[in-house]
This record gives sequence, structure tokens and C-alpha cells, in this order.
Amino acid sequence: MASQEQVLEGLADIVNEIAGVPQDEVELDKSFIDDLDVDSLSMVEVVVAAEEKFEVKIPDDDVKGLKTVRDAVDYIVKAAA
Amino acid sequence: MKSTERNDATRAVVVTGLGATTPVGGDVATTWSALLAGTSGARALTEEWAEQLPVTFAARIAVEPLEVMPKVEARRLDRSGQFAMIAAREAWLDAGYAAKNTAPEDAPDALVVDPTRLGVAIASGIGGVTTLLDAWDTFHEKGPRRVGPLTVPMLMPNSPAANVGIELGARAGVHTPVSACASGAEAVAYGLEMIRSGRADVVVCGGTEAAIHPLPMAAFANMMAMSKRNDEPQRASRPYDKGRDGFVMGEGAGVLILESAEHAAARGARVYAEVAGAGLSSDGHHIAQPEPTGRDIARAMALALADGGLEPEEIVHVNAHGTSTPAGDVTELKAIRATLGDTAADKVTVTSTKSMTGHLLGGTGAVESVATVLALHHRLAPPTINVDDLDDEVDLDIVRGEPRTLPDGAIAALNNSFGFGGHNVVVAFRSFE
Repeated sequence: MASQEQVLEGLADIVNEIAGVPQDEVELDKSFIDDLDVDSLSMVEVVVAAEEKFEVKIPDDDVKGLKTVRDAVDYIVKAAA
Repeated sequence: MKSTERNDATRAVVVTGLGATTPVGGDVATTWSALLAGTSGARALTEEWAEQLPVTFAARIAVEPLEVMPKVEARRLDRSGQFAMIAAREAWLDAGYAAKNTAPEDAPDALVVDPTRLGVAIASGIGGVTTLLDAWDTFHEKGPRRVGPLTVPMLMPNSPAANVGIELGARAGVHTPVSACASGAEAVAYGLEMIRSGRADVVVCGGTEAAIHPLPMAAFANMMAMSKRNDEPQRASRPYDKGRDGFVMGEGAGVLILESAEHAAARGARVYAEVAGAGLSSDGHHIAQPEPTGRDIARAMALALADGGLEPEEIVHVNAHGTSTPAGDVTELKAIRATLGDTAADKVTVTSTKSMTGHLLGGTGAVESVATVLALHHRLAPPTINVDDLDDEVDLDIVRGEPRTLPDGAIAALNNSFGFGGHNVVVAFRSFE
């Protein structure tokens, strides 16, 4: 089971790979679209990469609810539990 | 019709910027010096997949995109789109405009083009074929969920043009002519018309291709179109030589900034050459074989001369399509003689730069337009390499060995490009004083 810290770290790596944002800027209160240069297509990439990394399923309908990094981290922690 | 009359009657168009990334150089300067030096860009493919193919070599790009482009940007572009973006940026800066067509805060006077007067015409013959095939591999190996959401915007043939247009904020129209190996030249012809018709003042024109992948390599080889000189890659592309046995697959992009002469003069731009005119025709004959008499190639050249208000005697140089295929090379030369007439044909110098770059398919007409413009600008025609045993049917002056100096005064040159499907595109350039 992954902790919030581990998931944030893993997510930061994914966002860095996909959007080029430095890992330490991927903070819990940042918005993917407004703060991290992750557009809607890149968000799909982030989600699919996170599914693979954390061995979770994130249905398309739930992706809309993931506005901030915290939303995603909480979702993944819960789904992986 | 005298050229001055033509220019009065239409909007004269000039070339103010050049960009290229090719198998012989990562930019225009290195590409041009490699062409003058007679350098081949062909080499054996080191990928494992090459071993099983009938053709095991190609002319790969000299400088990999990741050496000059951030990884995060590169992963959103097909390889052909990476080439086009690199060449477009070089051409844009070469023309003297501000990066991304935006004046930076510390240089508010940097030159920009009114976005509604800026167009793009960047072609591709095949589009994002490696993106498509890699995505299909992913589909098979990992399932549909893992097929990337950027697959479509990367594989569509208009993607390179669209991405360049977005980078520069171009809003006068973004276009992608597709005519196989004539595509790049057709993009230049399209850009010319955009400016002449008044739709744009500046057009970023060019062509790109990235199809060195096992599937297109196998498919082209099975058409019997490619050289199988696997033991001598650098000697394989040999237009006009008796031993030629097909083209060599290349990759890369070329981009030209076309600008109305008025717009260029108003900003005091450096001008490489004038785009005098273009001639387009089609064979109406066969999907892959050239029409054997060359009648429509000749007609395209004659149309380009007429469109540019040029007399045959003004044409001192032809950058030929010359792909190194047994039939096509000689047919083109006969058409050049037929069009120019004996007096002018006896004086014209002919080069196939494909002997060095390989055949860049949809990129070829653009890269060769860059070479033609530079030949006029520097008054120097690059050689055709590997012509060890000139075909007996060749009756034109093929530049071999050293580059050839072109005459002083007002001169003009043609860039010929032909594509599968019977597309013929000829762009005429005139020296600019």
C-alpha cells in the first residue's frame, strides 16, 4: 500500500516526464491544467501512466474530478488501498 | 513577357529565410557545405530490424532531434514533426523575425508578423507513419488503454504544419499539400500562391518526412524502387550513372520563408532569391511508373517558365528530381532538353543532390528548393556524386566533382520534383540583386 508521500513522489516523476515540470513544483495544491502545463490530452497520459505505476484503475468518468495534485494523490491512495 | 511586367502585374515573392535538417547536416550551413563537398549521408542501419530487410541502409538525419529539442516537446511530435519544427525555427530566425513570432519583454522592437497575414504550407508525403506503427505495436503488446491520447494529433499529415503554425500564431491559413515526393515543392508553390493572391504577406513553406521504419522500408523495397547496394551505402545513390539501381531512403525537412517583395523591402530584409513562378501538371498515366515520354514533366517546366516570365536562356541550373532510378533519371533529362531547347539546354548545369542526401520523399522538394536558392545566392551549383560511368543517354551537363560556378548577372534556376501518382511540380527561382 502506497503512502501519500510515495504517490506524490511517483506522480511528480510522471508529470515531469510528460509536461517537463520540475518534480519539486508538483505540489499538492497545484492545479494540473492551470499550474502545471498539463492539458486535457496530457492529463490522459498522466492518468494512464499513474494506473500503470500504482496498479490502479482510474475510469474516464473519474478523471474529470482530478483537478489538483491532491485530488489525484488522494484518489490513488484510496484506490490502491 | 519580361520579368518586370510580370512583377508589376502580381505580387513578387522572395525568399528571406532558410532552414533544414538533413542527412548531411543539422542546419542549412552544414548541409550546404556538405553538398558542396560531395558528402553522402547514407549509412548502414544499425537497428536489429534492418537485418531481415532486402535493403539494410538509409540516409538518417545527421543530428538527432533530441540534441536540439527538449524531450518534453519532442514526445508530443512525430519524428517528421520534430524535423519540421527544427527547420522552421531556423528559417524563421534566419529571416530576422522574433522567436515564436513574439517580441520578448526585453526587446519590444523585435520583428513580428501580423498573425492574420502569416500562413504555413508544410507538406509530408506519408505523415506520422512511425507514430502510427508504434501505436499499433503498443495496442498489441499492452492493449487499447495504453494507446497514447496524442497518437492522432501526432500521426495526421498536417501535424507538422499545424504545430509550426501554432508556435508562430499563424492565422492566415495552415496547409499541407500531399503529392508523394512532390509534396515539399508543392508546398512552396502553394505558399507562392497564398502571397500572390493576397491571402498572406509571409508564408512558412516546406516539407518533411520520417519514414525510416521497417514497414515503409519493406514496402518501398518490394516496389523494386530502392537501391539494394547494401555493401556500399554511400555509393548507392548514383543518379545518371550506368550502375544506378534505385533510390536511397532519406529523412529530414527543409523550410523556406516566403515573403511578398513589398513586405521584405519595407523591413529591409536580406533576400536570397525571388520565387519567380511554379508549374504543376499530372501524368494521368500510372500510380507508380513515370510516364515514359516525360511530356507532362516538360509541360510543368514550361508552365513554370511562363509563370515566372522567364526565357529558357535565363535558366542556368536545374536541381533535378534525379532519384537514381533507371527509368526516371533519363526521362527527366530529356524533358529538360525538350523544354529549354538545344541552345539553353547545352548551357544548363544539372545536379541531383539526392546523390548525397538520399530521397527525402515529402521533404525532398523543400530541401532541394533550399539548395536551389543557395545555388543562385552563392552562384555555385553542388555536384552529383557517384557518377563514375555516365549513362550513354545523358546529354546534359551534369555537375560532377567540384561545385560549378554559375554566371554573373540575372540568372534563374529550376527545382524539379515528381511524385508517385504522377504529380509534377517545378518551382522557378530567380537571382535577386
